[in-house]
Amino acid sequence: MSLYGADLLALLPELIVAAAACLIIALDPVTPASRQDLLAWLSVGALALCLGITGGQINVLNDRVSAFSELVVVDAYARFWKILLYGVTGLTIFMSLPYLKAERIHLGEYYGFILLALSGMMVMVSGVDLLTIYLGTELMSLSLYVMTGLNRSKPRSLEAAAKYFVLGSFSSGILLYGISLLYGMAGSTRLVSIAGAIATRGTDEPLVLIATILIAVGFSFKLAAVPFHMWTPDVYQGAPTSVTAFMAVAAKAASFAAFMRVFVEGLGGLKSDWSVLFLIISVVTLVLGNVVAIVQTNIKRMLAYSSIAHAGYALIGFVAAGRGVGASGGMTGLASIMIYLTLYSFMTFGAFAVIGMLRKSGIEGEEIEDFTGLAKRQPLAAFLMLVFMGSLAGIPPTAGFIGKFYVFMAAVEAGLAWLAAIALIFAVVSAYYYMRVVMVMYMREPDPSSVAPPRLATSPALSFVLACAVAGVILFGLFPSPLVSFALQSVLTLK
Amino acid sequence: MTSSFPWLSLLLVLPLAGAVVIYFVTEPAARWIALTATLADLFVALPLWWLFDPQASQMQFTEHVAWITAPPIYYSLGLDGISLPLVLMTAGIMPLCVLASWNAITTSIRGFMAVLLVMETAMVGVFVALDFVLFYVFWEAMLIPMYLLIGVWGGPNRLYAAIKFFLYTFVGSVLLLVAILVLYFYGGHTFDILALNQGTYPASLQMWLFLAFFAAFAVKVPMFPFHTWLPDAHVEAPTAGSVILASILLKMGTYGFLRFSLPMLPDASRILTPMMVALSIIAIIYGAYMALAQVDLKKLIAYSSVSHMGFVTLGLFVLNQQGIEGAVLQMVNHGITTGALFLCVGIIYERTHSRLIADNVGLAAPMPQYAALLVIFALSSLGLPGTNSFVGEFLVLVGTFLWSKVATAFASLGIILAAVYLLWMVQRVVFGVPSPHHLPKLKDLNHREFATLVPLVLLIFWIGLFPNPFVSRVHQSVTNTIASMSRAKVAPTAHPSAGGAAPLLVDSGAQPKTQGPSR
Repeated sequence: MSLYGADLLALLPELIVAAAACLIIALDPVTPASRQDLLAWLSVGALALCLGITGGQINVLNDRVSAFSELVVVDAYARFWKILLYGVTGLTIFMSLPYLKAERIHLGEYYGFILLALSGMMVMVSGVDLLTIYLGTELMSLSLYVMTGLNRSKPRSLEAAAKYFVLGSFSSGILLYGISLLYGMAGSTRLVSIAGAIATRGTDEPLVLIATILIAVGFSFKLAAVPFHMWTPDVYQGAPTSVTAFMAVAAKAASFAAFMRVFVEGLGGLKSDWSVLFLIISVVTLVLGNVVAIVQTNIKRMLAYSSIAHAGYALIGFVAAGRGVGASGGMTGLASIMIYLTLYSFMTFGAFAVIGMLRKSGIEGEEIEDFTGLAKRQPLAAFLMLVFMGSLAGIPPTAGFIGKFYVFMAAVEAGLAWLAAIALIFAVVSAYYYMRVVMVMYMREPDPSSVAPPRLATSPALSFVLACAVAGVILFGLFPSPLVSFALQSVLTLK
Repeated sequence: MTSSFPWLSLLLVLPLAGAVVIYFVTEPAARWIALTATLADLFVALPLWWLFDPQASQMQFTEHVAWITAPPIYYSLGLDGISLPLVLMTAGIMPLCVLASWNAITTSIRGFMAVLLVMETAMVGVFVALDFVLFYVFWEAMLIPMYLLIGVWGGPNRLYAAIKFFLYTFVGSVLLLVAILVLYFYGGHTFDILALNQGTYPASLQMWLFLAFFAAFAVKVPMFPFHTWLPDAHVEAPTAGSVILASILLKMGTYGFLRFSLPMLPDASRILTPMMVALSIIAIIYGAYMALAQVDLKKLIAYSSVSHMGFVTLGLFVLNQQGIEGAVLQMVNHGITTGALFLCVGIIYERTHSRLIADNVGLAAPMPQYAALLVIFALSSLGLPGTNSFVGEFLVLVGTFLWSKVATAFASLGIILAAVYLLWMVQRVVFGVPSPHHLPKLKDLNHREFATLVPLVLLIFWIGLFPNPFVSRVHQSVTNTIASMSRAKVAPTAHPSAGGAAPLLVDSGAQPKTQGPSR
């Protein structure tokens, strides 16, 4: 067969997204400035199309279909992440519509880059070959580097882009080095072949261990796990808020998805080794993320550290999966990560959407102090922020609690009750800084001397984003069952 | 059981519905909505008192609906003789809180009333939940409303008090979550509280779980070393907040001990009884001693709460029928009496804008009605025969006497000290020589305030003179709890791996972590 019809069909959503991205970049110069919104609507249309295809794909193709001689697969696991990514990307686009106008970033390519990053992420979640996954990672990262620096008038944005680029390329190099070592050992970059080679050659081989560590380091950069988190605060603070939200949610989810597949399908034989490694990383990550977040005065920086801490929580599920004990053999651990990251997406996105609305005499207000007295002036927005903060702290009946519940349930099942206890103690630490935002909004009187107190610029698109986010946080907090069973089913295709 | 009507769900939904309605109304109307919602809740709760069958040994008014499928978590509600009085007390106190805040709250009344109503749902939920996760959800759902209540409408140092309250209670309750999860895997993969009560657990595991439960419940009670958030929270909270804290929130800690620690972890409870009794007695004496030294009325009552809650934990952990029944009764009594005292402080604060004893001297002349009621509440608080607290404290002391005479002697000191600090307070506030400059301004109770306090007076005398309706409803459930404890006593022999009965304490120290079962 010269033309791989079936292969292309399997890859159809990726192709559509990439084509839409190219189309937008091509159309941008010929679109009048007043019509730039059309490009955003074009990308939303592409997303909706992909959602339909991805949703239908599994029913038609059933189980797990590999394409391009086992480079990518279409399975329920990939579908789960793709649907999440479509949702997040759609919300990002809606959030960007008013945000870019307010920040005077008039660049049609912006939407193109979002879609390019998305296509990279989609390749990451469906790739079963290390080089394919690497390709997806790079496509995502390169787009994000550019998007970080899109706010060209702000030095901080440019600085963040440069920092992100340097550190990101460095981590990609490490990842690639790990991949090359595994290739040297297995003679292939397919995850299946690597798993087979590890099974036959044993797990004691130093080469394999070194490669595993290098790959773990490479992914830890992407996940923003300590000690490879240094880029996060600067980049989150410097990037336009809509991009920050996109990074904090979508990039993290895609990285986790690829990371889980590589370590479970490819390096599953080394479970006992990497579960110890990630045990240490997860504890350090959630401790440092939560403790350092306390002293932040900039809310985007605070949420950056909070996102580091949340990566630590999600990694607990991974450690539990690595232990592989209990009735489910660790599958609940993997499913708990999927649940956690989905719920985390809603609350983090909601929080960033509120931040993106905050205007202080025309400039973006991003200090925690800027929220002072918000409850008096805009009670509904303050209440939404309260819900998001409570959810991030993991207080029921919000989604954040459900996410933590499943992660810790997996940990306890794996015999790690002490780890759950430590992690939860640091959840209390996190509650301190989340509640400080609530305190500033509700319990501080606004400074009477300031002429133009910070206020929220509302718009229909942002209201839609906030409504989606708060609905996710509350509905999944009260009725998590559909999500849980979806995750539990999807994770089964991961072998 | 007795009825298929979802009484308890209605109890939970009404306040929440009120909170939603408040969103759409104006500030002054919010008060009426809140009053309507809380009164409606009370009128739903009251019939339960008569519908409740004191002889039945199982949960009543149960509701059981699947909530989350994997793991199996149920929306499971029910009442027994322990939770019934607490639910009624909650439903009864809340309208009074609304009335007490009628004029005291001047800023964002809608928010305040909505928060009160959300609190009511969460508090009732804690007492009626029969699924451990559901219980935990209600338990934690209270945190943010209470944080707002103290932090937004509180006194000058409210920010500190609010975050202190929040962090203290949150630390305790996250450990409870771990314990709940561990119990799930040991107790046969269920979160059903009644099923978990039936289970037997290795003795060393029980110790760990007990400590985790202790972290959550002891902070809430608060027991002696963990009580420091209480005076701060009480002093800074608005009157309604103080009343809710004292009357209802503190009971959740002791309710938790009674509902979970005793029946699920009987061996650990037995082994740790000396520690718990010692902490209770320290709380009784230390709280009373601290109350003696206070110049602020709210702080005085806050420390008296520490002392009185010491009696409750004491009664629980002597582990006999009299003690536990006394403790349950005392939970309700403390709710009524201390709630009333806080209401009194709130009333005088609205007039003199000071809670200091020195600023509120000699109220008998300008405010005779107020003075009379204050004296009644103070006498009830110190346990005068004929008032409610006497019955409860007496039962607790009888129970303690059966356990240890020395402990009883020390605990009785608390009653004497209570008489000292309360009568001294009454002497100054009611009968002291008034400072002439502010007295003419003072008006006696208006109808609203009178209506707030009189029901509590009636309850005080009713329970004090005819405690039997209360005790008879509590009796069967306490018998169940005790039976559940003695049945589970066989746990160490059933699990020989736990190392027998003698070296339990050593064992628990050497056991570093709990293991997931390999089922």
